[in-house]
Amino acid sequence: MLELKNVSLEVGADTWIDDVSLSLEKGTLNLLLGPTLSGKTSLMRLMAGLDRPTSGEIWFDGKDVTGVAVQKRNVAMVYQQFINYPAMTVYENIASPLRVARAPAQQIETEVRRAAELLKLTPYLDRTPLSLSGGQQQRTALARAIVKNASLVLLDEPLANLDYKLREELREELPKIFSETGAIFVYATTEPQEALLLSGHTATLSEGRVTQFGPTLDVFRNPDDLLTARTFSDPPLNTITLPKQGAKFSLGGGADLPVPSDLAGIADGEYTIGFQPHHLSLDAQTAGTQPIRARVLVTEITGSESFVHLDFAGSRWVMLTHGIKSFEPDETVNIHIDTRHLLVFDMQGQAVRPPVRRAA
Amino acid sequence: MNKSWNNRAWFMVVPVLVLVLFSAAIPLMTVVNYSVQDTFGQNVFFWAGTDWFRDMLVSDRFWSAMGRNLAFSAIILAIEIPLGIIIALNMPRRGWGVPVCLVLMSLPLLIPWNVVGTIWQVFGRIDIGLLGRTLYSLGIDYNYVNDPFDAWVTVIVMDVWHWTSLVVLLCYAGLVSIPDAYYQAAKIDGASRWAVFRYIQLPKMNRVLLIAVLLRFMDSFMIYTEPFVVTGGGPGNSTTFLSIDLVKMAIGQFDLGPAAAMSLIYFLIILLMSWVFYTVMTNYDSER
Amino acid sequence: MARIELDHIRHSYSPNPRSDADYALKEVDHTFDDGTACALLGPSGCGKTTLLNIISGLLTPSEGRLRFNADDVTGLSTQERNIAQVFQFPVIYDTMTVYDNLAFPLRNRGVSPGEVDRKVRETLDMIDLSDWANRRARGLTADQKQKISLGRGLVRSDVNAILFDEPLTVIDPHMKWMLRSQLKQLHRRVGFTMVYVTHDQTEALTFADKVVVMFEGGIVQIGTPTELFERPSHTFVGYFIGSPGMNVLPVEIDGTSARIGGLDVRLSAPVPSRSGARMELGIRPEFVTLGRTGAPFEITKIEDVGRQKIVRGTLAGHRIAAIVAEDSEIPAEPRIEFDPRGINVYADSWRIETGAQR
Repeated sequence: MLELKNVSLEVGADTWIDDVSLSLEKGTLNLLLGPTLSGKTSLMRLMAGLDRPTSGEIWFDGKDVTGVAVQKRNVAMVYQQFINYPAMTVYENIASPLRVARAPAQQIETEVRRAAELLKLTPYLDRTPLSLSGGQQQRTALARAIVKNASLVLLDEPLANLDYKLREELREELPKIFSETGAIFVYATTEPQEALLLSGHTATLSEGRVTQFGPTLDVFRNPDDLLTARTFSDPPLNTITLPKQGAKFSLGGGADLPVPSDLAGIADGEYTIGFQPHHLSLDAQTAGTQPIRARVLVTEITGSESFVHLDFAGSRWVMLTHGIKSFEPDETVNIHIDTRHLLVFDMQGQAVRPPVRRAA
Repeated sequence: MNKSWNNRAWFMVVPVLVLVLFSAAIPLMTVVNYSVQDTFGQNVFFWAGTDWFRDMLVSDRFWSAMGRNLAFSAIILAIEIPLGIIIALNMPRRGWGVPVCLVLMSLPLLIPWNVVGTIWQVFGRIDIGLLGRTLYSLGIDYNYVNDPFDAWVTVIVMDVWHWTSLVVLLCYAGLVSIPDAYYQAAKIDGASRWAVFRYIQLPKMNRVLLIAVLLRFMDSFMIYTEPFVVTGGGPGNSTTFLSIDLVKMAIGQFDLGPAAAMSLIYFLIILLMSWVFYTVMTNYDSER
Repeated sequence: MARIELDHIRHSYSPNPRSDADYALKEVDHTFDDGTACALLGPSGCGKTTLLNIISGLLTPSEGRLRFNADDVTGLSTQERNIAQVFQFPVIYDTMTVYDNLAFPLRNRGVSPGEVDRKVRETLDMIDLSDWANRRARGLTADQKQKISLGRGLVRSDVNAILFDEPLTVIDPHMKWMLRSQLKQLHRRVGFTMVYVTHDQTEALTFADKVVVMFEGGIVQIGTPTELFERPSHTFVGYFIGSPGMNVLPVEIDGTSARIGGLDVRLSAPVPSRSGARMELGIRPEFVTLGRTGAPFEITKIEDVGRQKIVRGTLAGHRIAAIVAEDSEIPAEPRIEFDPRGINVYADSWRIETGAQR
């Protein structure tokens, strides 16, 4: 188990990591989700031992490893730029960590073949990395990481330099590979979709702080604050600030949204309401929701769905609907918000939760 | 970045430390020792305090040598930097021409400095030197032994010949790292050759140029071997730079005290210059 | 803006190409109308960048002619073709302000200062950078820099086409959304001809009027996003477009039904059988309904991606993916049905026209 206790990293006058505390269990896949420069790489470097935190401690399996050099820790790392030894064959590349550890030749042979099999590299073992495609080079780097049987494997946006379809393919295979080794996996990504597809646990990062950590779907459905909700949405979260009066959020012009029943007891005042693009639609989904008039800015079609960009009283929203819709720019349409999935945040950006219900 | 300490590595540095101690640190301390003492010979020393430093800082001899150094550095920087940039711009970036040009540029840098001096000393002689004889036969009155101006020109041309390649290689490295897309974009924008230089190449070469200027300034300010071999500091003291003067004082006249004081002042000036450049460079870096 | 004509263009990087395999770009013969937003979509190495470089003038094609509005530009240099290009990473003049960056192409062409000011202000407004006009271009974020790159193309009124070479590569997912929809809005407003190279199908489909799907140097299909989605003419197009891609199942055709290992799927129209051809049925996960009726389906994995669930499993030993809505229940004994609107039949990977499709 990897524990970070109040870890901070300051470089010069800048704080790169701000008071992060995390507990990662053995055999889990943990995602670090956040935009570029949010601290994902810095955090991973601290976990690996490549950098030393300015304050705080790092514990592994009950032992304090904060000052321990990376060569002494059992860590493997995979980078965005497929890093392999260019002069060695794929076989030798995968074997290199074992050779450094002076493993017996028989063991090297079995382990390398096993890793190659897992990552579908067996026909390429005699080639050099540069003669392979990007996807195969990255598989080689991955094989080298898992053959080490490290207890902590760090992957820093490993699929970012690959083609879209290749990314999909590798992403499907990764969970299988992860479950085979039983190590702690930490995977950094900027794409919320990727986090959802890989599942496991997710830590959302923003400007060096971890805003939330938990099972992926949980963080997605029940964000603790607005920042987490925004980080974890793709397309961007639709938001609007509304005043609450009694059992309704007033949208202006006589239209309003019913307050979710378990939040009826909260104080009146201004709140930020958030909802995902697929919770906005052209037909009424739940009984009693009134249509709202919004102005279409532009429509994007992706295959069987359409993204309709709307303007509602100055707020810019995106609606994801099924089917191909084409609207004229500046056309006004009736839209419905699915009130079963409203996220409510107070003016400080914290999620408003009913006192009884606890987040799973 | 805070890296974890690796104590074993320090043991490997010890031999170097010992070497530096004997070749640099201890001699430096000796110089400091001499600079604050006076001697009449026979190893008898009297405390002189800051006398030598005061004398030196008001002496004409020191300031005119300093003036010559500064003039020399300014002139060669003004010639070598633009010339280096121009040559680097015209070197091929792809194909078989690349290794050929790189080798040609490296050659002058590989020659031992006193050999460089000797080459030019012979080259410029009006009786057997190719340059001297040619100029003489063209009717030009060139004599670096007698004429101070000619001596200066010879020393400057020699330095330019010797060291421009360094600027070229540094600038070339900077140029080669510019992605093609920038040149394409400039073509699309209809930029002239000058605009491409000014807005794309020069900004990208900034860092490298700073290093080149620092290196050339420091080296030229410390110059000793080449002018010494060619002119010996003459005619008169027209090419007597600080380093040459220092040696004359210490070894020729055996004025250890003043020589030591002068060399310390010299050392401190160079240290100051390096620190200034270093601060400018790191500030520049953090700005990016 | 210009109509772009690709007249029997082929390109090989080797001087003496002998067979088809020596060509990096196989024959392209197509015209893009003035004002079209066109996307070149395909995996790495499919030839899309080669084609873009031929249009931009960086590469001269080994064969064929290129025309802008009936003017043969095949031999002209990049400058003379009057195009603008946005690259994979932002290419801006670091030392200049945002204003000067946009004014640069106009000043190089000797446009009067008054006109320069007008056009630059107009463009700044279009790309939403008016507040940043006097800032040093170097300090801006990646997406702002890309907008400046784009602005340098928009600022010239005589530009024939704007070319994009995977321009959103270095942009964060959040900004990608903003930038994409802004590009689309701009296109609607100004109506320029745009050629956009990408390997991301979402980018291609959301942005383009016409998508050119390429594979191994050849064009596989050209069509609107809808056509490519509903009627992919090759199994590669079906696989490449859509996330997850189209399910492809080997079948035996018998008149109006297709048989997959003991199961019968009704087709909306009879398919002429081809002897010796490998027959396959393609159906997108969006058209596979999961419920209590239909063929028995063994679930291997359920991926919950928030707005929907991707259910992966096998039907008679063949892998199939289906998509179900966010809150829907997965029955204990799942069965699947194929929506006939989404069925396409392929012989040797090429689609068979049955004439009865919607």
